[in-house]
Amino acid sequence: MPFNLLVLSCLAYAAFLFAVAFAAERRAEAGAVPWLRSSLVYTLSLSVYCTAWTFYGAVGYAARSGLEFLTIYLGPTLVFVGWWLVLRKLVRIAKSQQITSIADLISSRYGKSPLLGVVVTVICVTGATPYIALQLQSVALSFSVFASDAPLGVSMPDRDTTALWVAVGLAVFTIIFGTRNLDANEQHHGVVTAIAVEAVVKLVALLAVGVFVVWGLAGGPADMMARIDASPIASWPLQPDRWAGLIFLSAAAVLTLPRMFQVLVVENADERHLTTASWAFPLYLAAMSLFVVPIAVMGLELLPAGSDPDLFVLTLPLAEGRGNLAMLAFLGGFSSATSMVIIASIAMATMVSNHMVMPLLLRFGRRQDTEPGDLRRGVLLSRRLSIGAVLALGYAYYALSGGTGALAATGLISFVGVAQILPSMMGALFWRGATRWGALAGLVTGFSLWLYTLYLPSFGADAVLSASVLDHGPWGLGWLRPQALLGIGAGDPLIHALWWSLALNTLMFCSVSLLTFPAPLERLQGAQFVNVFGHSGAASGWSGGQAEPEDLLVMAQRILGEDVALAFFESEARAQGKTSYLPDITPDFMNGLERRLAGSVGAAAAHAMLAQITGGTSVSVEDLMAVANETAQIMEYSARLEHNQAELTRTARQLREANDKLTQISVQKDAFLSQISHELRTPMTSIRAFSEIMKADDIPPELSARYSGIIHDEAIRLTRLLDDLLDLSVLETGNVQLTIKPAELHEMLDRALQAAGSSGGGRAFAILRDPRSERVRISSDTDRLVQVFINVISNARKYCDATEPQLQIAVRRRGGKLQVDFIDNGSGIPKHSQSLIFEKFARLTDSTHAGGAGLGLAICREIMQNLGGSITYMAGRRGAAFRVSFPQALVLPGSATA
Amino acid sequence: MKAPRLPLFVAPDAYRRRRLRDAARMLPVLGALLMLLPVLWGGGEGQPARSTAIDGLYLFGIWGVLILAARLMAPGLAKDPQDSAAPPREE
Repeated sequence: MPFNLLVLSCLAYAAFLFAVAFAAERRAEAGAVPWLRSSLVYTLSLSVYCTAWTFYGAVGYAARSGLEFLTIYLGPTLVFVGWWLVLRKLVRIAKSQQITSIADLISSRYGKSPLLGVVVTVICVTGATPYIALQLQSVALSFSVFASDAPLGVSMPDRDTTALWVAVGLAVFTIIFGTRNLDANEQHHGVVTAIAVEAVVKLVALLAVGVFVVWGLAGGPADMMARIDASPIASWPLQPDRWAGLIFLSAAAVLTLPRMFQVLVVENADERHLTTASWAFPLYLAAMSLFVVPIAVMGLELLPAGSDPDLFVLTLPLAEGRGNLAMLAFLGGFSSATSMVIIASIAMATMVSNHMVMPLLLRFGRRQDTEPGDLRRGVLLSRRLSIGAVLALGYAYYALSGGTGALAATGLISFVGVAQILPSMMGALFWRGATRWGALAGLVTGFSLWLYTLYLPSFGADAVLSASVLDHGPWGLGWLRPQALLGIGAGDPLIHALWWSLALNTLMFCSVSLLTFPAPLERLQGAQFVNVFGHSGAASGWSGGQAEPEDLLVMAQRILGEDVALAFFESEARAQGKTSYLPDITPDFMNGLERRLAGSVGAAAAHAMLAQITGGTSVSVEDLMAVANETAQIMEYSARLEHNQAELTRTARQLREANDKLTQISVQKDAFLSQISHELRTPMTSIRAFSEIMKADDIPPELSARYSGIIHDEAIRLTRLLDDLLDLSVLETGNVQLTIKPAELHEMLDRALQAAGSSGGGRAFAILRDPRSERVRISSDTDRLVQVFINVISNARKYCDATEPQLQIAVRRRGGKLQVDFIDNGSGIPKHSQSLIFEKFARLTDSTHAGGAGLGLAICREIMQNLGGSITYMAGRRGAAFRVSFPQALVLPGSATA
Repeated sequence: MKAPRLPLFVAPDAYRRRRLRDAARMLPVLGALLMLLPVLWGGGEGQPARSTAIDGLYLFGIWGVLILAARLMAPGLAKDPQDSAAPPREE
């Protein structure tokens, strides 16, 4: 195909990608995000893992080492089917902390350390440079193969020039779509959509070539199997160390490669997309590698010996005269290379500008700070320059290394480099004890070992390291030979480097972490990272600021842009319930603002900027303790609430009981009022009637005497009733006069029995007494006591319903108190009434024969209280049982002597 | 500080969900073991040479099994991602 036609189709394809990206950006601006950020687009965008290395290199790899190429895809498969373990946590943390890159993740976890951010950035850039060179190389190679040797007008430039133009084109595309907005969390819809389209193109291209090979060149799967068996790679050497080591390496790389981190974590719009990607991405990988072996076998079989196996995907259709298929394959390879370079340079530029340029801007750029919007342009500019620089580095590496190395070997060197981040990353996710110094020691150790044992030797003898150093070690120290440290591992240099760098990296990371003590902010971040699923709200890293909201707004405007910053401040102010657009400076607000800024410039820079304004007040050990205390307080508070609730329940029950009693009493009072009016009315009526009769003149004297007798009796009844009421009210107010005198209990009971017997009806009543125990001398208001006894005894007389009623009187001494029990053999008092009998006006039965107004027991209770004793009803006896207890010798509170 | 009391036993559907998560954690381990299995067979001295075709079929086979397993587990795991708090550690 003519070269200029090829260039034209490339440009057309690029224009198509531009259009897709533009359309996606437009749709995103119009709010049609859900379609753009579907799990399908997410999964497809993950395919930046499959670069030109996969597209071209895998076939070359298979032609050289058989199935070993599969390790590069088996490792990521393990990581994705095990997404529940690591990826889920990684994405959640990145979301909650607004992580912008892998350097930001490490820096943020270890106390927002700027130094760690720089180290990780350096590792990533160093590791990615050969990788980007690899992409340029593959595109240049494919150009040179594809462009026919029949130039029409434009002559084919040399490979280096091609690579240069490709690099420039990619830089332009990336700058246009990768730095449209500053907030890395506002995700690059256009780029991601274009990447997804490219993912489809490369998959379709590779599958098309595969189908053509299996069904077009070979006679279907069965014939293909036979051809594989007959080919030079019918058997393959499985080196166990490489097999296991490369699976591990690719698993590590899929987590730590900056471009994978970008699409997997930063560009993730919804955690649920991971669920789909967990099986769909391994499926994509399997589809991409399915036809690799058949293409390699057919290439080896059909193409002349000495052809570059890295280009079989392209050369095989060309050799068979399938120009269209070859064109598709070419575009597939072009897609693979460009998508990788675009994402990698975006990720890298974010890191470089946030962790290297921003800190410098913050430190030295104070003079220009007065102009708002200045910083934002500065950051964007630095990001654009970084993209250019990263691509320039890649091109420089390509030009220097001469683009000779096999694609797979170069890719693996990159993998080992970025895998150095793995220990610190795993520590960040799962180990709260990991410290900044540990991470730094591990990263520096691993990175230096990688440089020394793998990266520098990869340039070849005498390029960077002299041949003598490679063969005999520096200064002739044989045990320091780069590819055989301590004389071990003379076998595979890659596994040797992987083993030593990662082992010592992990060792340093763990041991230094164990020995050092983390700063407060580090501990706070550690807890938030490791317990990301446990924390609902993040603890604030800011304790009381001296910042003025105006200052913060000015700074936020310079980074977020005027509209966004104002909107953010306004919404925060509204959340605080304020009407103005400036919120109060609370720790929560500071936290939110820092998070928001971190989305643009990274955690470390955002933290440093806020610290500059607030005068450096950040979290202290005391604040950490306060956070812990807060939790303890909440728990204590809930315990107190529980306690209070129990108390309330108890009180409510008591209230209910009291209310029931009150209701009953009220009912009784009503009943009594009608009763007492009846009681008062009956004698009054008869008194009035008889006195009217007596007014008449012709009354015989004997009738007159009888009538006046009746009037007299009724008057006495009335008087007694009123006496009782008066007595009770006197007793209740406590104004009663007590006359204390000595007496013998026996005699008092005799008196009481006599009095009760005389007033009661003529029923035969058996009295059971124990005269011996009654021989007690007491000193009290004996008249009042006798009154109580009379009342109790006459109650027994009135209410005992036994056919042969009897009353037992038992006297007992308990300490200084006497207990006199009156127990009859009737049916007793029903349980529900027991609490009422001592109330005023209580009368259990409506019996008029009782003859009283229901005041007796109430009076008794008042008397006993005045005498320092009590009268109680004893439940559970055979019949009604009352216990009267009182001190043997009453001492009045006012008098000094008994 | 006293650790909050976590329920010792859970209802059947919560129990199933937890076992599904256990399975999700075990799946990569199983996958790794299966992928390392070819190390054990063939290629050694006195043994028939390692066949690319057969090993390839085996590897793509377990690949498919892993993808299928992940596909089947995905809906269950996606449900209720909130209720997955790891028990807090004392530190």
